[in-house]
Amino acid sequence: MGVVGKIVRISGPLVIADGMTGAQMYEMVEVGEDRLIGEINRIEGDRAYIQVYESTTGVKPGEPVYGTGYPLSVELGPGLLTQIYDGIQRPLELIKSKTGSIFVKRGVKVDPLPREKKWHFKPVDGLRKGDKLEPGALLGTVQETPLIEHRVLLPPNVKGKLVELASEGDYTIEDTIAVVEEEGEKKEVKLYHRWPARIPRPFRDKLEPTEPLLTGLRIIDTLFPMAKGGTGAIPGGFGTGKTVTLHGLAQWSAARVVIYIGCGERGNEMTEVLERFPKYKDPWTGRPLMERTILIANTSNMPVAAREASIYVGITMAEYYRDQGYDVLLVADSTSRWAEALREIAGRLEEMPAEEGYPSYLASRLAEFYERAGRVVAQGTPERIGSVTVAGAVSPPGGDFTEPVTSHTKRFIRVFWALDTALAYSRHYPAINWIISYSAYAETVKEWWHKNVSPEWYDLRTEAMNILLREDEVKEIVRLVGTEGLSEPDKLVLLTARLLKDGFLKQNAFDPIDAFSEPVKQFKLLQAMIYFHRNAMKLVQAGKLNVAQIQDGLADEFSELVRARFTVPNDQVEKIDELRERILNKLSQLGGE
Amino acid sequence: MSEAERTRGLGVSEYETVEAIKGPLLFVRGVSGVAFDEIVEVELQNGEKRRGRVLDVGNEVAVVQVFEGTTGITTVGTKVRFLGQTLELPVSEDMLGRIFNGLGDPIDGGPPIVAEEKRDINGEPLNPSARTYPEDFIQTGVSAIDGMNTLVRGQKLPLFSGSGLPHNVLAAQIARQATVRGEQEEFAVVFAAIGIKHDEALFFKKFFEETGAISKVAMFLNLANEPAMIRLVTPRVALTLAEYLAYERDMHVLAIITDMTNYAEALREISAAREEVPGRQGYPGYMYSDLATIYERAGRAHGKKGSITQMPILTMPNDDITHPIPDLTGYITEGQIVLDRSLYNRGIYPPINVLMSLSRLMKEGIGEGKTRADHANVSDQLYSAYSRAQELRSLATIIGEESLSAVDKKYLRFAEAFERRFLSQGVNENRSIEETLDIAWEVLSILPERELTNIKPEFIKKYYKARG
Repeated sequence: MGVVGKIVRISGPLVIADGMTGAQMYEMVEVGEDRLIGEINRIEGDRAYIQVYESTTGVKPGEPVYGTGYPLSVELGPGLLTQIYDGIQRPLELIKSKTGSIFVKRGVKVDPLPREKKWHFKPVDGLRKGDKLEPGALLGTVQETPLIEHRVLLPPNVKGKLVELASEGDYTIEDTIAVVEEEGEKKEVKLYHRWPARIPRPFRDKLEPTEPLLTGLRIIDTLFPMAKGGTGAIPGGFGTGKTVTLHGLAQWSAARVVIYIGCGERGNEMTEVLERFPKYKDPWTGRPLMERTILIANTSNMPVAAREASIYVGITMAEYYRDQGYDVLLVADSTSRWAEALREIAGRLEEMPAEEGYPSYLASRLAEFYERAGRVVAQGTPERIGSVTVAGAVSPPGGDFTEPVTSHTKRFIRVFWALDTALAYSRHYPAINWIISYSAYAETVKEWWHKNVSPEWYDLRTEAMNILLREDEVKEIVRLVGTEGLSEPDKLVLLTARLLKDGFLKQNAFDPIDAFSEPVKQFKLLQAMIYFHRNAMKLVQAGKLNVAQIQDGLADEFSELVRARFTVPNDQVEKIDELRERILNKLSQLGGE
Repeated sequence: MSEAERTRGLGVSEYETVEAIKGPLLFVRGVSGVAFDEIVEVELQNGEKRRGRVLDVGNEVAVVQVFEGTTGITTVGTKVRFLGQTLELPVSEDMLGRIFNGLGDPIDGGPPIVAEEKRDINGEPLNPSARTYPEDFIQTGVSAIDGMNTLVRGQKLPLFSGSGLPHNVLAAQIARQATVRGEQEEFAVVFAAIGIKHDEALFFKKFFEETGAISKVAMFLNLANEPAMIRLVTPRVALTLAEYLAYERDMHVLAIITDMTNYAEALREISAAREEVPGRQGYPGYMYSDLATIYERAGRAHGKKGSITQMPILTMPNDDITHPIPDLTGYITEGQIVLDRSLYNRGIYPPINVLMSLSRLMKEGIGEGKTRADHANVSDQLYSAYSRAQELRSLATIIGEESLSAVDKKYLRFAEAFERRFLSQGVNENRSIEETLDIAWEVLSILPERELTNIKPEFIKKYYKARG
């Protein structure tokens, strides 16, 4: 077994121990008589610096430290889905039932995956004894939840000749389901294996993200789309709706597996997901959302060191389902709390601080994390394509986007959904600011929209963006001189922009109809508004109508159009066509055509 | 084994080896068997006793933070006793109706507390899978809160105020009027004063006495002239009692903690004394986590009848909401009620800036069966109309009100009525949620029907009454 050392100093989550010769960097250790879990993050001679994942209250110098010989690892196998884990993969439900307390007690040892539960394993057809198998080869399947078929693969570090494969039947994760032989050495394969959390899992090839990850949120899908395998950040001051937006992504997105990391956030937010997701239906399959979800909770009052680990534990699970060929969405709320955990540990280690006390390696850690996203061809046979999409919240102090975590994050992500305090104050949700947000995937997902919805999509989207950008400029002028001096076309821009904002960009996450907008509905709403704008612009420019006449003449239709987002369900979009035609007809009548 | 069990029964050890004194910290040499976070008794040469706790311990030196300050302590002749336990509070239902100092000792001259149980004041994190999502509507009788920033049982909703604003009056009004409708359940108030002035503490005491609630209130007082280090302990002591009452005695507890700004300043002081790398404006980098260990001690749990609803009060330095104290608080709490100086100066009470205020748990606490079916729509519409009106107000100051369109002028009239009729109410005026919503419809009806785009047509039909 591992080394045994002795504690010489305790300072909050940092414990220093002597007599640790032979311990590895990032090895898991058990600290003190309560065997609290920790991880080595600096070695000097025989002295090890350990960040402890549990409260160190009551620990004394002289108490022992036990090495485990392996780094912080994640257990990967059936049974992950529907669970809620703490930052180091301990199931919180089990902690609750084992301690009989509503509080998280220290030093509780529980298995991440259920050991007793039997899974029905079906070996894959056509595998024969003697077949040479590469890492990632498909051995069989287990129906993990009604929604997800768990593909049992040869782990990334195992290959060789198949010696034995279990027949169809019920097995626990500790049962051997296959034996492979490489260079005379036999290896047993079980339904689960362990993987070091800080090391990315290997894959064969990385692909360009070209398919949109649809979310049902109009401003995201239409203006700032996310792609499967993409990376995005959602920064915003408090109260701007980061969590509501991320819950929306976890709830409505077309990902097959969702991993939600509550990193240093509110306990009630995790409870909300826990209570709601088993009841809510996945809009794409009609099954309870929980069947595709894994939760990791290190709430803000739980030990800070485990916050740092939770991000790696989560992304390792995401890569595991990616390797099985699934599209996985990883939501990290909030990466700022993770960065602060880094800062706190670095401060205790007395490392030289860079900007605002953050360690100098903040940027490289962020880069490593976001680089683990991507759409890949997985290792092994048969060929599988899977993806990990990462959406990370950022909580900038004072809502200031120039602070280190936000500014470094911007370097490594392709989609930037900037939340705006002013929009949030006026309850314009989602409060994504359309002037400073961007998506590098708008071009790459164009093909999909043109093939599946309408070839007009990209043009309409560009026109909408231009109207919104122009509105921003016009508003500047209005602030200086009022509306009197505006030209009629600019007044029309203000009018259409208001339609877009109230009737398209705003979306009520708590309204049963509005919360989830299918691509076709999104397109039809946009089309109605832009068609109106085009026709009205012609009439206005020809001097046949002024904007005040349009506003009065079409007032009722406008309120109907703005309300369509919550009055027209996804399966009755023809009503929007009908409304659009009415608007256009009335407009030509007004114009005397 | 719990932390308390671990350390209880360990021997007391005493040292006279104070090596250095720095700010509130003592450095004690040659210690052994001392635990992290252990509680310490310091005896001065003149026999005076003070309390402290271990912040850092190595083989040689223990760093002790002295709650009552280090004034008068010398390196020779000072006895430092490590008591072999972490800071614990004896708790009992009898603590209701009593007054304590910031460390939890009775100061009202009454009998000593017979403890039913002793609890570590640091508490433990509530298991997220043991929490129940808060959704019981609390009617505070204040329209701006009930109508637009609804409070629910188990929520932590702070008041962001400024010096001189009537946050105490509002907190007292809420404490008096708050009810969950249709229920008669055991309630209690735990009040923690952190570094506030004597007259403020007196205001609350008199208020609780006058309303007859005093027998249901436990007050923990650390006043402005008392040692700053105790401020780090006071909220934790108060919440330890709150947890006991809520989870062991089935009570619905309202915890009022004022003023968290003083707490954060004490935290900065201790961090500076330890020469830690500072974060924003000199506050320590771990202030977020530290504040969370206070604010997260609110909520409800499976299998427990009681609940803790937290209402911390903080004064924003220079009324700046981006200052680290309100900023980090806002990231942890479930919304905020922001008081506004310009409303206050215009004579509006309560001067709640609704646009900057927010209740994150509102959505689950309102609607049919809880308040009224139209509540969510009405609230959305008030927000969007009032924020549009604010834009128009600033426009009107540039171009003059006459140049606004007829509809825009109605928005200005709406805003005026909203502030005078809806926001504004008496200190003793307790409005039911129906009254609040009816007033909301009254002011919304100033606007033309087609402007109410956030409201479903069926509600407009039912409640809208057009006014010229």
